[in-house]
Amino acid sequence: MAVPCLGWQLEKAVHWPGEWFTRGRECMFNVFLIKYAEIGVKGKNKYLFEEALAVQVKYALKRCEGTFKVTRTDGRIYVHALSEFDYEETVDNLKTVFGISGICPVIYAEDEGFEKLSRTVVEYVDKVYEDKHFTFKVHARRARKNYPMSSMELNRELGGVLLAAFPEMKVDVHQPEAMLHVEIREKIYIYSMEIPGPGGMPVGSNGKAMLLLSGGIDSPAAGYMIAKRGVKIDAVYFHAPPYTSDRAKQKVVDLAKQISRYAGPVYLHVINFTEIQLLIYEKCPHEELTIIMRRYMMRIAERLAKENGCLGLATGESIGQVASQTVQSLAVTNEVCTLPVFRPLVGFDKMEIVDVAEKIGTYETSILPYEDCCTIFVAKHPVTKPNLNVIKRHEQNLEGKIEGLVEQAIATDQVEIVRWGNL
Amino acid sequence: MEVYLDNSATTRCFDEVAALMAQIMCEDYGNSSSLHRKGVQAEKYIRYAKDVIARNLKVNEKEIFFTSGGTEADNLAIRGCAHANCRSGRHLITTQIEHPAVLQTMKHLEEEGFRVTYLPVDKKGCIRLEDLERAVTGETILVSIMHTNNEVGSLQPVAEAGALIKRMDPRILFHVDAVQGYGKFRIYPKRLKIDLLSVSGHKIHGPKGVGFLYIDEKVKIKPIIFGGGQQNGIRSGTENVPAAAGLARAIEMVYGNLDQEVERLYQMKKAFVEGVGKIDNVVVNGHCDGTGAPHVVSVSFRGVRSEVLLHALEEKDIYVSAGSACSARKPQPSATLKAMGIEQGLLGSTIRFSFSVFTTMEEINYTLQTLYDIIPMLRKYTRR
Repeated sequence: MAVPCLGWQLEKAVHWPGEWFTRGRECMFNVFLIKYAEIGVKGKNKYLFEEALAVQVKYALKRCEGTFKVTRTDGRIYVHALSEFDYEETVDNLKTVFGISGICPVIYAEDEGFEKLSRTVVEYVDKVYEDKHFTFKVHARRARKNYPMSSMELNRELGGVLLAAFPEMKVDVHQPEAMLHVEIREKIYIYSMEIPGPGGMPVGSNGKAMLLLSGGIDSPAAGYMIAKRGVKIDAVYFHAPPYTSDRAKQKVVDLAKQISRYAGPVYLHVINFTEIQLLIYEKCPHEELTIIMRRYMMRIAERLAKENGCLGLATGESIGQVASQTVQSLAVTNEVCTLPVFRPLVGFDKMEIVDVAEKIGTYETSILPYEDCCTIFVAKHPVTKPNLNVIKRHEQNLEGKIEGLVEQAIATDQVEIVRWGNL
Repeated sequence: MEVYLDNSATTRCFDEVAALMAQIMCEDYGNSSSLHRKGVQAEKYIRYAKDVIARNLKVNEKEIFFTSGGTEADNLAIRGCAHANCRSGRHLITTQIEHPAVLQTMKHLEEEGFRVTYLPVDKKGCIRLEDLERAVTGETILVSIMHTNNEVGSLQPVAEAGALIKRMDPRILFHVDAVQGYGKFRIYPKRLKIDLLSVSGHKIHGPKGVGFLYIDEKVKIKPIIFGGGQQNGIRSGTENVPAAAGLARAIEMVYGNLDQEVERLYQMKKAFVEGVGKIDNVVVNGHCDGTGAPHVVSVSFRGVRSEVLLHALEEKDIYVSAGSACSARKPQPSATLKAMGIEQGLLGSTIRFSFSVFTTMEEINYTLQTLYDIIPMLRKYTRR
């Protein structure tokens, strides 16, 4: 059963340990207990999710210095450090693995009798909590039933030892500020901290989607949100030279790289869209240019999605943000797709999207001022309530030429595999 | 055909320069301050470099200080002099069309309590001596004027300004940023009454990461970088021996054939300006005759966004610049063009073409032909 912990506001908690375990002194932790929330309530296919999570954890650890062993036992995932390792780097990388709800740094000790155990526990508390004015509870678990003391006895005895060592500490069995876990297995696991993970579900446990990636703030955040639900991401970028520069394209590659930190390798498709844009510009009413352009982007994205085994499209659209994202516009854009279109930011305000972008490190890149594909042709007063029949009628102006241009654009598809680090 | 017309941003390094540098980096790689033979060998290159530069400027070798480039030379000249002479006054004069290396340094000094006058320019991008004369006060300690503007190629009246300043008050220091002009003109600081002169290596087919500042021996200056006391304590840090030698080699090559080269550049510029003039609605900024720089042409194409034209030319393997490369990453209209009073609608439609010794008449013609082809096409698709 899940146990309350400090994890929900570690940064603010008074008991947040100092930096002693990473700066200067030797790191005392050698094991991380990986907690997962949603996977735990799955049914008979739970093992599939656990396996996917273990794979992602191993993948993230490849980026870290040191060697690790990842094991699945008793519905838990443990990361054992087999060599020297960099604590902060390891935690930072584990924090990018979707499916992890919490990361508990664990002391992993040999069973050398109760005396030794109490000394270890006292030392642990002394090092981790500088200020001892807090309430606590010992939560012992005895997976190895031949241990001479019962869980209740352990709770009581260890609590007593701690109170004797640190009289400022107080016991609170209902709402303790620190829950000290002591688990007796083959060896003994001691932990009390939980560093919050990103939540969600392991990437690869939920199919694949094609993300329409621009250079803006929204689409990378949308990619993150979709990946968070376990979806693998392919991305498509519409390049319009000479109206957009190679730097604008590089910016999109950089954004895809940020996403790949969480979502794993991203296959980025770059499509040359200039000819289509120019044709629409020539043949269609200017106010409808953006909406018609987006319909063609969706059509092409869907083709690519189907060719690459994606089961849906993903965009950064948010209702009402701009003219092409009103409910009417979304409806008109959506009409060309048969695959589901996932819009994870649909109910987000701009500030909330910015928060996500800042958290995942894409914001800085997104605000670089390179021309993106649409701005140059944007009308001063684009339609905000497009009518599907009118739009369809105006699209007829393109007939005869557009089909060829779409094929031509798809033929320009250049795929770049974007990875975080060398992995 | 690849046509590189962005030589005011940077130039292709001469093969001879690259070869000399490779040899120094891999064979004569000593630290010029070391006492052993390897060090002496390295020092010889520094001596060689200073000798070449000193003869070229007709100054003393001791007055040459190597820096990491034009920006550092400008910083050292302005901040070093301002701080060393602030007891005589706290007023500085410069122009509105300087390179950011000068303008931003001035801005920084303003925060420290210095007063700075920014001289305006006329429609052709030149300062007026009357403005300079009016700006000088008893408090003025330094005047900094560029030799050649980097965006439109206008030449400033450096000789007249030097004479004027020294006539009004011989104690006022005169700094000239010659990053764009050096290598196109013979510049003799003593004759022009220049006390400090900044030069960069990579604008004259030398390596990046090196430049020098000429400092007249009478000038009181403080270092802005501290360390091991190299270069008389004015610029600490191990001398960049290969780059300094490469710079000197480039100077020898550029000045070896200067008159003929400059004449050729002016001819190409003339042909280009005439050719561009055949396109409708085009304005050439600054001087387009022999009174401007031989290698820079700034052209505004009405109704065409400069970024789009730049990338369209790029597709034809022609490389140019929108505004100047140094400020092109910030999508603001160029301060120089604004100061020249260029019409608002043309500010975002201006392209700089800049030539070098490697540019050929054939490339000029190819570029003109390409412009004739794409300008009408780009004008068709503009923001409505």
